[in-house]
Amino acid sequence: MSGAVIDPRQAPIRAAPKKALSLSWSDPRFRNIVWQVVVLGTVALIVWYLVQNTTRNLAARRIATGFAFLGRTAGIPIGEALIDYDPSISTYGRALLIGLLNTLKVAVVGVVLATILGTLLGIARLSKNWLIARLSAIYVEVIRDLPVLLQLLFWYTALQGLPTPKNSFHPLPGVFLSNRGIKIPVVEWETPFWWALAAFVVGVIGTVAWSRSATRQQEATGVRPKVWPVALGFLVGFPVLIWGALGAPFAVEMPVLRGFNFTGGATVSPEYSALTLGLVIYTSSYIAEIVRSGILAVPTGQWEAAGALGMRSGTVLRKIVLPQALRVIIPPMTSQYLNLTKNSSLAVAIGYQDIVSIASTTLNQTGQAIEGIAAIMLVYLIISLSISLLMNWYNARIALVER
Amino acid sequence: MKRHILSGAMLLGATLAFAAPAAAQGSGSATIDTIKSRGMLVCGVSTGVAGFSLADSKGVVQGIDADTCRAVAAAVLGDVSKIRFVPLNTTNRFTALQAGEIDLLVRSTTWTLGREANLGLLFAGINFYDGTGFMVKSASGVKSVKELDGATVCVQPGTSTELAIADYFRLNKLKFTPVLIQDQNEIQNTYLAGRCDSYSTDASGLAAFRFQQGPKAEEQVLLPEIISKEPLGMMVRKGDDKFFDVVRWTLFAMLQAEESGVTSKNVDEMLKSTNPDIRRLLGAEGDLGKAMGVDNKFAVSIIKGVGNYAEMWDRTVAPLGIPRGINNLWNKGGLHYPPPIR
Repeated sequence: MSGAVIDPRQAPIRAAPKKALSLSWSDPRFRNIVWQVVVLGTVALIVWYLVQNTTRNLAARRIATGFAFLGRTAGIPIGEALIDYDPSISTYGRALLIGLLNTLKVAVVGVVLATILGTLLGIARLSKNWLIARLSAIYVEVIRDLPVLLQLLFWYTALQGLPTPKNSFHPLPGVFLSNRGIKIPVVEWETPFWWALAAFVVGVIGTVAWSRSATRQQEATGVRPKVWPVALGFLVGFPVLIWGALGAPFAVEMPVLRGFNFTGGATVSPEYSALTLGLVIYTSSYIAEIVRSGILAVPTGQWEAAGALGMRSGTVLRKIVLPQALRVIIPPMTSQYLNLTKNSSLAVAIGYQDIVSIASTTLNQTGQAIEGIAAIMLVYLIISLSISLLMNWYNARIALVER
Repeated sequence: MKRHILSGAMLLGATLAFAAPAAAQGSGSATIDTIKSRGMLVCGVSTGVAGFSLADSKGVVQGIDADTCRAVAAAVLGDVSKIRFVPLNTTNRFTALQAGEIDLLVRSTTWTLGREANLGLLFAGINFYDGTGFMVKSASGVKSVKELDGATVCVQPGTSTELAIADYFRLNKLKFTPVLIQDQNEIQNTYLAGRCDSYSTDASGLAAFRFQQGPKAEEQVLLPEIISKEPLGMMVRKGDDKFFDVVRWTLFAMLQAEESGVTSKNVDEMLKSTNPDIRRLLGAEGDLGKAMGVDNKFAVSIIKGVGNYAEMWDRTVAPLGIPRGINNLWNKGGLHYPPPIR
């Protein structure tokens, strides 16, 4: 904005005169080092004692230990897996990896959908339309008050109320809704699709570049050139062109009812649907409140000032209010993302095989409870820390906007 | 729902907390000492399988597993009522025993090498010979497991059943989709709702489930194939041989009583019997009970409390319509063969 920034934090710090470390209790630096060594040493001793003691007791109770079981053939059946799995050859390590991927499948999709639904509900509750605002309020108050496990069981039972595969509900060609899940047709993946995907990535880069140049032009001239036709060309036209140039292969694999169930196509299992649906609906009620509080935290003067400039209310929300509200929204949102991820462990109740389900089967078949629990802890720790890191980074970026 | 995690955490806590494994004490058995000082046997059973362990309308747990527990309580404490049952599911049962939450596990658990080698636990005997079976709805028209190619099968995770099914389908080049739910009622409801084409567990468990359907039992069919051996028995912790002996010989005493014709009704008269086998069993002669570390007349307490094996069977399993079959005594064409009590 204005010219010279004088920030005392950026001024070179005047270095204190260097002093030799004296081995005396009156030297604060020496004291600090001593205390830190003592604390670290105590923690290390306690950890060492616990590990030693556990190992000795497990040996005394003749319980198998170690992680060698990860390389053994699992033999446990798994209902749905993102990567190939065959109980006769796959190992426990691979089974646990499938569990991790299944957890991530719920967490990632759940977080995205809950954010979208929650944001819409939060905005709806502030709507000037009486009916929309009340409906949103009722949704939030009811969903928030019911235990999430109960909701999951409800959705799972509800999905089992769908007809059998033979009488399945058939809304679109190739789409079947039955108590065995949702069957959808899949397009057979061929090499040109990889090229089209590469073209799409190039398109994304192009769109971002164009959008930046549009912003620069807007700052220079006050007129923003249209972005969407270029984006459409980059994101849709370019990949389609590449795909068409490579012969436009398009073969759809349709689900067909054969014997007990459908073959071909892809399945979204009732277990996965119930878990994702339940978690999204539950978490979105909290996110709605967070979004509402974030929007209300922006002073009314901001709305009025933007209105005075002639902006429409949608533009005000997008350009003025939400960017400021995000600063309030992001930290509690992180907690909700972590909650959703951890709540996904309730999957065991409805038979979805997430990391907890597979690890507990593994620990039961191998008898190695401590290793199994450790695996679960490690997985949740890694997922949670990743979410926190990502959100903190985003939060730091948002916070810098404040002047 | 999360009890297996809890037990796992408790096992972790228990192994962390105890500075040293319990040292040998008075009776030579840490478990018997604990039971006696507590005045009560703590026994792990299922969360509800008719015929094995299921609470009746008065809240009393009934079934062959529950009665096996009671017999052990009678042997150690001389009283069948000094017992507390802990309901466990298939995935938390072993950790509960390992962590010392329970003294004894009688939860239709299959005796396998893997379990004895890895878990630090030991099977003390077989109280029921079983095998993995399949149930389908009669409306489906399925007559054999071989027709189940491509079917969805409901099964509880962490069981020997889930491994047996995976092996069987692989061997016969059939495909199946598992639906795995820990809670027994939940998996049964899921099967009844039509999520699965078939429900698989031990054949006895299927018979019990069918029996519980009451008038709707006709809608369910047990397929003829029994695809695995499932010897179900009592489990104790390794390293306590004396308690192991008591549990093992409790069952043998019940089988021997059946073989010798001793019942809960005639046990008092049988004490006056001249047959040396019966006199040794009932502790009227010799000091075998004392040598084992329990009351010399431990078998009398057992037989008075729960009866012999046949009485226990007739009271618990027979009403479900399960034939005695291989669970008969060896001299009646079955597999139960108690070693001599002498």
